[in-house]
Amino acid sequence: MPRPGLVLDVDRSTPPMLFHHGESFRLEKLPAGRSRVVYPAEPLDALDDVDGAIADALDHPLDSDPLSARLFAGMRLVIAFDDVSLPLPKMRRPDIRQRVIEAVLDRAAAAGVDDVRLIAALALHRRMTTDELRHAVGDRVYDAFAPDGRIYNHDAEDPDGLAFLGTTPQGEEVEINKAAAESDLLVYVNINLVSMDGGHKSTATGLASYRSIRHHHNPATMEQSRSFMDRHSSELHHSNWRMGKVIRDAGVNVFQIETTLNNDTFGEKGPLSVLQKREWEWSARDRMAFLGMQAGLKRMGPNTRRRAFQSWEAPYGVTSVTAGAVDPVHERTLDHCFAQHLVAVEGQTDVLTMGLPYICPYNVDSIMNPILVMCLGLGYFFNMYRGRPLVREGGVLIMSHPTPWDFHPVHHPSYIDFFEEVLADTTDPKLIAERYETRYAEDEWYRHLYRTSNAYHGVHPFYMWYWGAHALAHLGSVIIVGGDVKAVRRLGFRPASTLQDALEMATDTVGPQPTVTHLHNPPIVMAEVT
Amino acid sequence: MSRALVLSRKPAKLAAAAVAGRLAPGRGATVGPLSLRDVDPPEPPTPEWVRLRPRLAGICGSDLATVDGRASRYFEPITSFPFTLGHEVVGDLDDGDRAVLVPVLHCAVRGIDPPCPSCAAGRTHHCERIAFGHLDPALQSGFCRQTGGGWSLEMVAHPDQLVPVPDEVTDEAAVLVEPTACAVHAARAVRSSAAGSEGTVALIGAGTLGLTTLAALRHLDGDTDREVLVTAKHPEQRRLAAALGATRTVTPSELARAVRATTASLVVASDETTASAAGGQLTGGVATVVDCVGSEASLAQALRVVAPGGDVLVVGMPGTTTLDLTPLWHRETSLRGCYAYTRDDFTTAFEVVIAADLARLLSATYPLSRHREAITHAAEAGARGAVKIAFDLRGEKHR
Repeated sequence: MPRPGLVLDVDRSTPPMLFHHGESFRLEKLPAGRSRVVYPAEPLDALDDVDGAIADALDHPLDSDPLSARLFAGMRLVIAFDDVSLPLPKMRRPDIRQRVIEAVLDRAAAAGVDDVRLIAALALHRRMTTDELRHAVGDRVYDAFAPDGRIYNHDAEDPDGLAFLGTTPQGEEVEINKAAAESDLLVYVNINLVSMDGGHKSTATGLASYRSIRHHHNPATMEQSRSFMDRHSSELHHSNWRMGKVIRDAGVNVFQIETTLNNDTFGEKGPLSVLQKREWEWSARDRMAFLGMQAGLKRMGPNTRRRAFQSWEAPYGVTSVTAGAVDPVHERTLDHCFAQHLVAVEGQTDVLTMGLPYICPYNVDSIMNPILVMCLGLGYFFNMYRGRPLVREGGVLIMSHPTPWDFHPVHHPSYIDFFEEVLADTTDPKLIAERYETRYAEDEWYRHLYRTSNAYHGVHPFYMWYWGAHALAHLGSVIIVGGDVKAVRRLGFRPASTLQDALEMATDTVGPQPTVTHLHNPPIVMAEVT
Repeated sequence: MSRALVLSRKPAKLAAAAVAGRLAPGRGATVGPLSLRDVDPPEPPTPEWVRLRPRLAGICGSDLATVDGRASRYFEPITSFPFTLGHEVVGDLDDGDRAVLVPVLHCAVRGIDPPCPSCAAGRTHHCERIAFGHLDPALQSGFCRQTGGGWSLEMVAHPDQLVPVPDEVTDEAAVLVEPTACAVHAARAVRSSAAGSEGTVALIGAGTLGLTTLAALRHLDGDTDREVLVTAKHPEQRRLAAALGATRTVTPSELARAVRATTASLVVASDETTASAAGGQLTGGVATVVDCVGSEASLAQALRVVAPGGDVLVVGMPGTTTLDLTPLWHRETSLRGCYAYTRDDFTTAFEVVIAADLARLLSATYPLSRHREAITHAAEAGARGAVKIAFDLRGEKHR
C-alpha cells in the first residue's frame, strides 16, 4: 500500500532536505521549529493490465458509444496526441500514447477506416523531431504513417491548415487544425501528468492557432487562474471550456482518451531512486549513492551533465485510462490526478522554498533558460495548490536553480530577444503584453523558424512570463539561490548564494522568524491548502 | 620655456609602443616616443597667429592610436614630427578671452590663396592642401610641428581656428565642443543618408563619439520618433546612452538580434544554429548604421545589420582592416567616411553641448605630469565607467 503524502514539521533532528538544483542537487537545513516539508505521495499502484484497461476504456466509454461503433469505412479519422512536453521526464517505452494509439488503430483497421492522420498537438511549442515522434507513438505506427506524411506536427501558422469555427459569447475566437475540424472523428490521446492537462484544453489549445490561444494565454486570464491546477477555479480553463463548446457546436466530434501516471519518476531502484525517498529514511547505501552521484556530476562538463539528465526515462506506472465524452472523462481523470498528488496542508506560510529540477515542459533535450526557470517556479510549482496558495500574499518564494544566462539557439530564438529586449525594459506582464506581444507574435522570422525548424513560436516566451503572472502579483519578493547573478536580476528577482542568505534576505519582506514551507517536488506534489 | 607632451619620430620606440599598446591599451605612453619636456613655445608662423594657453585638452581616440603606435601609415605624409598632441582644446587668449580650437589646418590657415575648391565651398575639413603652404604637413593642430598642441602650456593658432567661448559655458563643457562638432557632422550625415530624418539608425559604440553623435542626432531631429539602437559595452555607457535618447541600448553581441527584431528581418546563414540566433546575415536591416568605433569587428557588424541599399557611416577612426565586402557589393550598401566638421557644425556643437549637458561626459582630468595615468585611463575609459578624459592645464605653472 503506497503511503500518502505528508507534511513534516522540521525539528533539530530533521536531516538536511534535498533541493533539486537544475542538473545537480543541494542538501539544505531548514530552520527548526518553524519549518515544514510537504512530501509527495509514494507512487500509486499501477494498473496490472494496461492494454486491458485501454480496451475497456475504448469499448466502454463515458457518455459515448464504444469507439468501434463510431468508426466506419470511408470516414476521416484524426488521432491527435500530446506533444513532447508530456510527460516529464519522458516515459520508458512503450509510451502510453503508443499503446493507446495502437489500440485505436486496431479498431480503425477492423472497421475499414483507411483515411487516418496522426497529429502532434503541439500548439505553439516546437515541432517534435523524428526520434521524439517515434518515442511517442512507437516505431510500428511511425513507420506505417510517416512515409506518406500521415503523421505530422500541428502547424498553428499554416494559413491553409486552420479552420475558424466561431467565437464564444465572450468574443474568443476559436480556430483549430483544419484536418481535425473537418474529420468525422477526432480522437485525442492525452497524458494527464498533472491536473492542468486534458479536458477541453486538449483540443482548444493543443490544436489551436495563435489567434485563438491568445484569448486565454494572457496576463489577465493567468492572474485569475487560481490555480490553473484546479480547473474549476481557473480562468484559463473556463476559457478553454467555452471554446470546447464552440468546437462541439461546430460539429467536431471528439472522442477523448485521458491517461494518468503515478509518481514513479525516478524509480524505486536504480541510480536516481534516492530522489524519491524521504531523507530520514535514506539508508547508508542511499547516502553513498547520492554522494557518488554528486561527485560524478561535478566532474562532468555542462553538456555531458545535461545529456545525462535528459536521457533519463521514467518508469511511470499507468494508473488510469478513461475514454468518451470530454467532460465526464476529464472529471474522472482529475480524481486520479488528485489521488496521486494532493496533500492536505493547514495554513499558508511566510516563505515557500523549492528546488527546481533540470526539466520543465519546454526544455526537453534543451536548456532550462532563465525565462523557463521563472515559468517553472512561479508558473508551475507555485500553482501546485488547490484552495489557497501555499505562501501567503506578500510572502517570499525562494527557488534553487543555477539559472544560467544560456539559451538553446534553435529551440528558443525569440526567448533570447525577449530576455535581452523585453525584460530589460519591464517585468510587468501587462506592460509586456501591451508593448511587445504583437510584434513578437507576428514576426516573420520567428514564424519561419516555428514552421520549418524546431523553434518555439515567437510569442512563447511571453506566455512563459504570463504563466507566472498570478505569482508575481501575489508574492512580496522572489529569491533565487545559486543562480547567475545577472540573469536573476534581469528576471527582476534577488540572487542569493546560499539558502541561509536567502532566508535572511526574506526577513526584509516578511519580518523576523518567518514560517517556512518546503515543497518537496518532484515527484509531483500538490497542496490542498485550508 | 613651456612644457609639452611631445611625440618624436623614433621608429624603435614607436614599435615598442605598438607592442605595448596591443598588450594593454594606453601602455604606449610608457614605452613609446611620447615624452613630457620643457620646450620653447612655438613661434607664430605669421604675425596674424595668436597664442593660446590651453585650459583643458581632451584625449581623443586618434590620440590614443597615435600614442599606441596603431595609427595608419596613411597619416605619415600629413603629420610633421616632432609634434605636441592635443586637438580638443579650450584655452586662454592673450586678451583674456577664452576660445575653443578648430584644429583643421586648411587653406586659409596655411596662407593659401586662392583656396582649394573644397575650402572655397566651405568644406575646410576636405582641404586639398593640408601638406602645403607655409605650414608643415599636418591635417590638424596637435599633429603639426609648428603649431604645438593642446597637451602643453602654450600653442599657437590662426584666428580662423578660434571660436569664442561664452561666459556661461564652463571649460568642462567647452572641451567637449570639438568632439561634439564631429558628432554634429555625423548626425547631419545620418539625416542626409538612407535613414533620412526619421528612419531607424543603429549606432555602434557608446564612447565619446557615440554618445555625442546620439546627442547631436536627437538635437537635430527635434521631436521625431526615430528609433536609435545603440551598442554599449559597459553599464555607465548604457546609462548615458539611455539618458541621451537611445531607444534601446544593447551589448555588441545583441545588436544583430535587436536589429533583426526591430526591422522584422529574416536571417541567412549556412547552419540552423547560427541562423536561429541571428548570427548570420540579416536579409533586411536598418537604413543607416553609424560606426563610432571603426574596428574590423564593428565594420563587419555594420555590414551585417545595414539594410540593402543602406548606408554605413564610419565615424570612428579605422585603420588597416580586413573586411569581406561581398555583402556591400551584393546589397548595394554604401560605406562612407565621416571626418571632422564644418564651421557651421562647430556652431551647432555649442548648442548641443549646452542643451544635452555634455559636460557630464568629462569624467576625469589629470595634470601633464600624470600623463601616463591619464592616457591609460582614457584607453580604459569605458571599462572604468568613464567617457572623456582630459588634461587640466589650469593649475600648471608657466615659466
